Amino acid sequence: MNKKLKPLVGCVIMALAGTSQADINVGVTLSATGPAASLGIPEKNTFALMPTSIGGQKINYIVLDDASDTTSAVKNTRKLITENQVDVVVGSTITPNSLAMIDVAAEAETPMISMAASARIVDMANPKVKWVFKTPQNDVQMSTAIVEHMLNNKIQTVAFIGFSDAYGEGWYQEFAKIAEARKLKIVANERYNRADTSVTGQALKIISTKPDAVLVAGSGTPAALPQKTLKEKGYKGAFYQTHGVANMDFLRVCGKDCEGTFLPAGPVLVAGQLPDSNPIKKVAMDYTTKYEAAHGKGTTSTFGAHAWDAGILLQNAIPVALKKAQPGSKEFRAALRDALEGLKNVTVSHGIVNMSAQDHLGFDQRARVMVEIKDGGWKLVQ
Amino acid sequence: MDLQIALLLAQDGVVNGAIYALLALALVLVFAVTRVIFIPQGEFVAFGALTLASFQTAKVPGTLWLLIGMGAVISIIELAAASRRRGGRRRLTLALGWNLAYPAVLAAIVLLAKPGQWPLAVQVVLAMALVVPLGPMIYRLVYQPLASASVLVLLIVSVAVHLALVGLGLLFFGAEGSRTPAFSEASFSLGDVTVTGQTLWVIGASLLLIVGLYIFFERSLWGKALRATAINRVGAQLMGISTTQAGKLCFLLAAAIGAMSGILVAPITTIYYDTGFLVGLKGFVAAIVGGMISYPLAAAGAILVGLLESFSSFWASAFKEVIVFTMIIPVLLWRSMTTRHVEEEEE
Repeated sequence: MNKKLKPLVGCVIMALAGTSQADINVGVTLSATGPAASLGIPEKNTFALMPTSIGGQKINYIVLDDASDTTSAVKNTRKLITENQVDVVVGSTITPNSLAMIDVAAEAETPMISMAASARIVDMANPKVKWVFKTPQNDVQMSTAIVEHMLNNKIQTVAFIGFSDAYGEGWYQEFAKIAEARKLKIVANERYNRADTSVTGQALKIISTKPDAVLVAGSGTPAALPQKTLKEKGYKGAFYQTHGVANMDFLRVCGKDCEGTFLPAGPVLVAGQLPDSNPIKKVAMDYTTKYEAAHGKGTTSTFGAHAWDAGILLQNAIPVALKKAQPGSKEFRAALRDALEGLKNVTVSHGIVNMSAQDHLGFDQRARVMVEIKDGGWKLVQ
Repeated sequence: MDLQIALLLAQDGVVNGAIYALLALALVLVFAVTRVIFIPQGEFVAFGALTLASFQTAKVPGTLWLLIGMGAVISIIELAAASRRRGGRRRLTLALGWNLAYPAVLAAIVLLAKPGQWPLAVQVVLAMALVVPLGPMIYRLVYQPLASASVLVLLIVSVAVHLALVGLGLLFFGAEGSRTPAFSEASFSLGDVTVTGQTLWVIGASLLLIVGLYIFFERSLWGKALRATAINRVGAQLMGISTTQAGKLCFLLAAAIGAMSGILVAPITTIYYDTGFLVGLKGFVAAIVGGMISYPLAAAGAILVGLLESFSSFWASAFKEVIVFTMIIPVLLWRSMTTRHVEEEEE
């Protein structure tokens, strides 16, 4: 390099570094590849739609892929905190990754917003969770909705079939707890793998126990296999799915075998059918319109909306934090954490958030609706 | 459990076993001829099925771009090699024809026509035409330069190829799965058990392929050349058999078997970009039962894996994979006790 140019380049770099100091850096790690890719991809697309300035400050989103792998998620988090000096970490897509990231975020005193479902992520028994927030509903809220709907429809016996991983196991534990309390009998408890090519064995076992309804706890298109197999083997009872299936690909693969299936979901899934008096409708429609303008009609999924909600939380908390400290500092991160914890009556696409020191999710019953699959689409159950 | 359930489980086990059998045969074939433990075998299952599914959703399958890209890279290598030596013009023309002209023709068909509206049989042929040449291309690009490397090196390279292909699969087909329409909607009642047309297709096509392979290896010159290479590579070379040609041919067969298996199972189950690995792994268990050399034992092992899987999913679904893969341990014990260990020959 030319000798004269060298100091000049140095100056330019310094100047650039100087300006970026004042920006707010949002570090994101999500699972855009690997087993959770169908959840991570819409989340990744959503970050591209987020506002680039909040409260007059420029926002930089630094999005990294953790390939659904826990080690990579932790590595990404460390990198975002030490190299990019982010003010907040958003991620990851799945529970195991998010749980592992808590230690790193708390150690660096950086607020973290998870997009994964498990209630354990914001379990206040762990003092480190002081720094952690999340946007998806707890499984227990969804299980309660299913059990209530089953009891209202005079279902007495139910068979459970779920993924043989944390998702299926977590659902079984939550569901069994509530079902037992409400005198709903679980007659079969089966597991299958996401990549299985056949669930005939499990289906026959379920049919032999003659349940009134079957609950399939899977996510995305793999959740279609048990239902298709059960129908093919002549099962006539009711079907329930979890909110993990709420995307168009599931409808495409399951086809007519999924007609009449019930599932709990965030209101964003049926945004257009919500009554106008519901404040969630406006926010959810806004997200749906923006996402579909960029990616085509019918492409919105509830998973991308969890990322959008994390964005809304930040848009509400950052202006409050900016009054106390400058971005890029330890004080700003602490102020942002306090601001997130202090959010009240914030309408997001999945519900209405009221955070508190005990509740870092902040959702109530308005955060879920029952949906029926009808004519190859989602229909709100009134 | 009554007789009807047992029959249904057995039927399910045999259908899955038939697919595992095909994959096990391909694995044994590739290993015997080239000493490659072909882990990416399963990827051809996914690629075959998902290419067919892309036609039906009126999308351009990503495998087309892979075919064009790999063809272009091979053409450059062949051109560079040809410039360094004299003659061999005919060989070069042939290589360019297969690696440049052939993908170009297919691209024209896929992009200009709408294959989704054609009869299913034509779509199947087109999907096979897209996916199967990837086999010999992978051999030419990856394994041919390493033909004399140790089994361990070849295994490591196989893992790398597998990871690369799975990554490409996600890029091409997305994270969600697909199903294709059944070859026939017919179903028959045998006593209490209904048999669908598709399961008959799977079993029939598998048997046909196995018989076809048998005739190929026993009767045709090409088949005998492959067998000769499998038995003794140096000896076969001395007899004028090109081991490179043998390698390409067996990768062609392996890719064809893989893609066909994928197309056969796609109507019965949902296929994902990464389905192939687990299916291929079960074929691998079956191939190990056959000691990686015996075709009939591998086929029998595959049926055993299929039945074990289907019955264990009835009794203890949470432990199904554990039960299937634990089967390797007694088989390996039995094999290591009954066969004499031979040091790998150094060349």
